Amino acid sequence: MKKKFEVRSSNEEVRGGGGILHSSFALRTSNLLLPLVTAASSILLWHAAVRFSGTKIFPSPFDVARAIGQLADQSLLWRYIGDSLARVACGYSLAVLLGVPLGILLGWYPDAGRAVNPLIQILRPISPLAWMPLAVIWFGVSNVAPIFLIFLASFFPIVVAATHGVRTVPPMFLQAGRNFGLTAPQLMSRVVVPAVLPRIAIGLRVAFGVAWVVLVASEMIAVDSGLGYLIIDARNAGKRYDLVVAGMLIIGVLGLILDMLLRRAESWASERR
Amino acid sequence: MRFGSIDVLQHIDLDVREGEFVCILGPSGCGKSTLLNIVAGFIQPTGGEVTIDGERVISPDPRRIFVFQERGVFPWLTAEGNIGFGLFRLPPEERRKRIAHYVNLVGLNGFERAFPRELSGGMKQRVEVARALAVNPDVLYLDEPFGALDSITRLQMRAELLRIWQAERKSILFVTHDIEESVQLADRVVVLTARPAHIRRIVDIDIPHPRDLSAPRYIQLRDSIFAEIGLAHKI
Repeated sequence: MKKKFEVRSSNEEVRGGGGILHSSFALRTSNLLLPLVTAASSILLWHAAVRFSGTKIFPSPFDVARAIGQLADQSLLWRYIGDSLARVACGYSLAVLLGVPLGILLGWYPDAGRAVNPLIQILRPISPLAWMPLAVIWFGVSNVAPIFLIFLASFFPIVVAATHGVRTVPPMFLQAGRNFGLTAPQLMSRVVVPAVLPRIAIGLRVAFGVAWVVLVASEMIAVDSGLGYLIIDARNAGKRYDLVVAGMLIIGVLGLILDMLLRRAESWASERR
Repeated sequence: MRFGSIDVLQHIDLDVREGEFVCILGPSGCGKSTLLNIVAGFIQPTGGEVTIDGERVISPDPRRIFVFQERGVFPWLTAEGNIGFGLFRLPPEERRKRIAHYVNLVGLNGFERAFPRELSGGMKQRVEVARALAVNPDVLYLDEPFGALDSITRLQMRAELLRIWQAERKSILFVTHDIEESVQLADRVVVLTARPAHIRRIVDIDIPHPRDLSAPRYIQLRDSIFAEIGLAHKI
């Protein structure tokens, strides 16, 4: 018995390229479409739940949309968003500027790491919100208190990511760098820093997530503007739960947008590997 | 050489001539990589010394470049960025010329701007060899450089390495556990024992390049090493 195997490239297969293009288009649409479907059905479900339960407290999607419109009219919306973003920008950038170099140094000098690590490991698990009473006493009702808390929230994850990143740089890279006669500062700038960049980028994104959560909580106590303040003020000054939910929604959407931006930065940092 | 309390290497006494291609052959884990790391100055021996042209080796040196498996290329640099990595002391024009020369020598034309993740294993290995050659070293240390490549690419890379070696006349110290590889490449094969490694025998491979892998002399030398290690060349 003889069997014959044939592999032939037919015209159909040559046209396969079109198929790939088509499926990538389909992928893009479904990337956008599927989340939109989920959002739409969640809003519908929300509306139906409010409607059929007859709740007087929880607002419907329409109430919330109206509340957002109201905020925009009073130009409070943009001021609160601006205030919140400015605070998170200050605290977070301070944490990046101090945390990245410190983390790299702690990873690079094992003795420094051993000396400082216990302190970091003790401070790290303390929720930044636990510092709130002290922050209010130290800084009063001012922008400094929330900025301080955001700084604390993002500083430790950044330090830990950078330290760990440096410690896990493949020894081969360092060996190669030394072999080519690099001085210690050159080794740092030409090998260590580029090698840890992707890991630091991940740490930065994780840290931002924590910072954003802490921002809202800190604004409920220490200041009189911002998205956290909006929520607490809406409840205190007249049980406006439509405004409460509006604030929650704005915080969520802004958090999503900022996370997407950082995700993009992260994939830029790691795209070369 | 001791590692913790384990003797890794004992009584290694080896002279390498300028421009010579020497393979260090031994079973896995016998300490041949350790030996190469000592010779390159990355590890300090607990006893004995390494001298090159009468000068004692105490640290790595750009005149002698260590080539790893292809994982040693820097993933954040392009092919030409990698190849030019050690040329930071040269003026830009000279650096550009040097990079172009070695891109050409290892056959990476058209891939200068590619990042390592876009290259195959064999191409990454070429990048690493070119990066080493670009600083014009006297000696190359290669630690099982083709171990991670598929067998076809490995054969091609051996031929490439010989061609480059004949063009550039570097001294090469090449660590491998592959008997065939050592007999195909080297002027001399240093056969090590299992740990603690010492030199079992040094075999002169007196066959001119290009070597005919079915010539009786090749087979005779190869089989003598198989016999030396205690393996019958049968399966």
